[in-house]
Amino acid sequence: MRHGIRIVVGPVQFRIGSDWAEPIAALETLYRGYPQDDSRPAEATVRLFAARPWRRWIRPSVHIGGDFVVPDALPLPLSMGLLAAEMGMNLQVALGWRRHMLLHASAATKDGRAVIMSGESGSGKSTLAALLGEGGWRLMGDEFTLIDPASGDALAFPRAVSLKNEAIAEVAAQVDPARLGPLLAGTPKGDIRHLIPRADAIAAMHEPARPALLLFPRFGGEASIEPMGEGEAFVRLTEASTNYVALGEAGFAALTRLVRDTPAFGISYPDSAAGIALVEQLWADAAR
Amino acid sequence: MGGRGPVSAVRTFVDLLAGRRDAATLAPRDWEGVIWVARSEAMLATLAHRLADTDLPPTVAALFADQRAAATVAQRQALWEAEMARRALAPLGIEFVLLKGAAYAAADLACAAGRQIGDLDILVSEPDIRRAENALLKAGWEWVKSDPYDDFYYREHMHELPPLIHKMRDRMIDVHHTILPRTHRITPDALALMSDAVKRPDGFGVLNPADMACHCAAHMLADGDLQGGLRNLWDFHLMTRDFVANDPGFWEQLDARARLHGVQQVVQRAARLARDLYGAVLPPDRDGHDAADGWFQRRLLARDDWGRVTKPLLEQAFYVRSHWLRMPPAMLTRHLFTKWRKARGKA
Repeated sequence: MRHGIRIVVGPVQFRIGSDWAEPIAALETLYRGYPQDDSRPAEATVRLFAARPWRRWIRPSVHIGGDFVVPDALPLPLSMGLLAAEMGMNLQVALGWRRHMLLHASAATKDGRAVIMSGESGSGKSTLAALLGEGGWRLMGDEFTLIDPASGDALAFPRAVSLKNEAIAEVAAQVDPARLGPLLAGTPKGDIRHLIPRADAIAAMHEPARPALLLFPRFGGEASIEPMGEGEAFVRLTEASTNYVALGEAGFAALTRLVRDTPAFGISYPDSAAGIALVEQLWADAAR
Repeated sequence: MGGRGPVSAVRTFVDLLAGRRDAATLAPRDWEGVIWVARSEAMLATLAHRLADTDLPPTVAALFADQRAAATVAQRQALWEAEMARRALAPLGIEFVLLKGAAYAAADLACAAGRQIGDLDILVSEPDIRRAENALLKAGWEWVKSDPYDDFYYREHMHELPPLIHKMRDRMIDVHHTILPRTHRITPDALALMSDAVKRPDGFGVLNPADMACHCAAHMLADGDLQGGLRNLWDFHLMTRDFVANDPGFWEQLDARARLHGVQQVVQRAARLARDLYGAVLPPDRDGHDAADGWFQRRLLARDDWGRVTKPLLEQAFYVRSHWLRMPPAMLTRHLFTKWRKARGKA
């Protein structure tokens, strides 16, 4: 393709090709601090392409292609090319990765142990992980957490954090502006701005961590903590996993082990500060 | 070819499967293209099995190990789905035969190693088709197509029921009563397919070897536009190779069955293509050439190293051909007109 880049995030080497220069330039900026290994063949491919040649210039619209695609997905305007790339990358991992069990969850680690936070979009899992990653934690990822079926360890997938709507201002106030991507306003998912993880999160992205705490955050309402049984945590995580079924018995064994070995809680919180306080409180108990 | 310019990724992929190319000679960029092509042909796990004993770059070896493990799980799930169909149909005494991927897995053929199995394809005898449909609906399968024209089309003209999907397991089943559309220029002997099928020790029925090869070739070359053709050709190549090794009279049986089903031409073409692409060894009397083979070969190899179709006109031509073979011209006109009107209605 005309333009391209290779990016390593966690265990996955991506190859992203594009009919336009802009999305690739944006990716180059966001991923400049990530390790480069040009001699390594990519495991996952994303293509950003124009459905008709003239649509490269006239009302350019970006179609997402790759090893795995969503049929009938609508294209995005070129101004949202970066979002298209992100969606394409997520899709390849969600549908194509088999080495680990994938949880649609954020995670952060401290002292070799990890807190894993799973929730729907809008639960604040990304924001909480990003804020933890700006404090005394290493960010493991805001979108996917990988569980190694052999060891039960959590593995990081620290792509550029996708901050949405109110979270943008909140996190932007705390970080060096050079670590923020361009504002993508009015996307189908609201306003989006990417945050480049701290250097330590990228440097240590291959270091596994032992799951120590499973949280199911819910943004809104009074601060509260609800202990969760193994059964409920299990069912919720099967729904949060994109490859649980495909992994068969190995997935069942990995998930059973995770919920048996890891205390789980549902938490509600009115604002990020309260959310972080709850995480730290539960961590203090879990880490004891 | 002839050493002019770089070898295309799809060529390299085919050469690796055929054993003509040493994996050690591939540069990282070559691997990338090969992996992409293999994925777009749904053959990455097949390649992973083919190169299981080869020295590979570590990340490629790791990816291939993932693929082999995933294919093993997927195959177990596919056979479980076959078992579910048996539990729905057996109490009513409805006999069925597994087709394609599930059959290859049940028969433990070499081509089953790493082969992707999509929907469960089964063949029942035509008088049983209504009862089979009812039994499956009762056992939790439901309709996918809600469009009345599509439903009508399947029932009147196709060789299978409209696809059913299981509401709990989310898996599709295609129930066939023959192996080519009713309206196709060729009419295979469906009765003979069923009555001469063989039972596996585990109880599943599969087509006998000659019929299996006939179906594989017909599915690849007479029905459809050669999407997935490299995989079907690989199936054909490995199964005929092993059938011949087990029974030196296999080619003659294949001829006889191909004549019975009216698919001599496609079987012969499949054999030549398997020779030309995968290095199959053919007996001297069928080792000939046909000018049109080149078009099929170009269609099969029309992918760049981003997995994109490189010859859209050729692809289009094969698409048109697939319809031409499937329906008489007047019917084709009606069909395309209905489809066009519906597409316009949607837009």
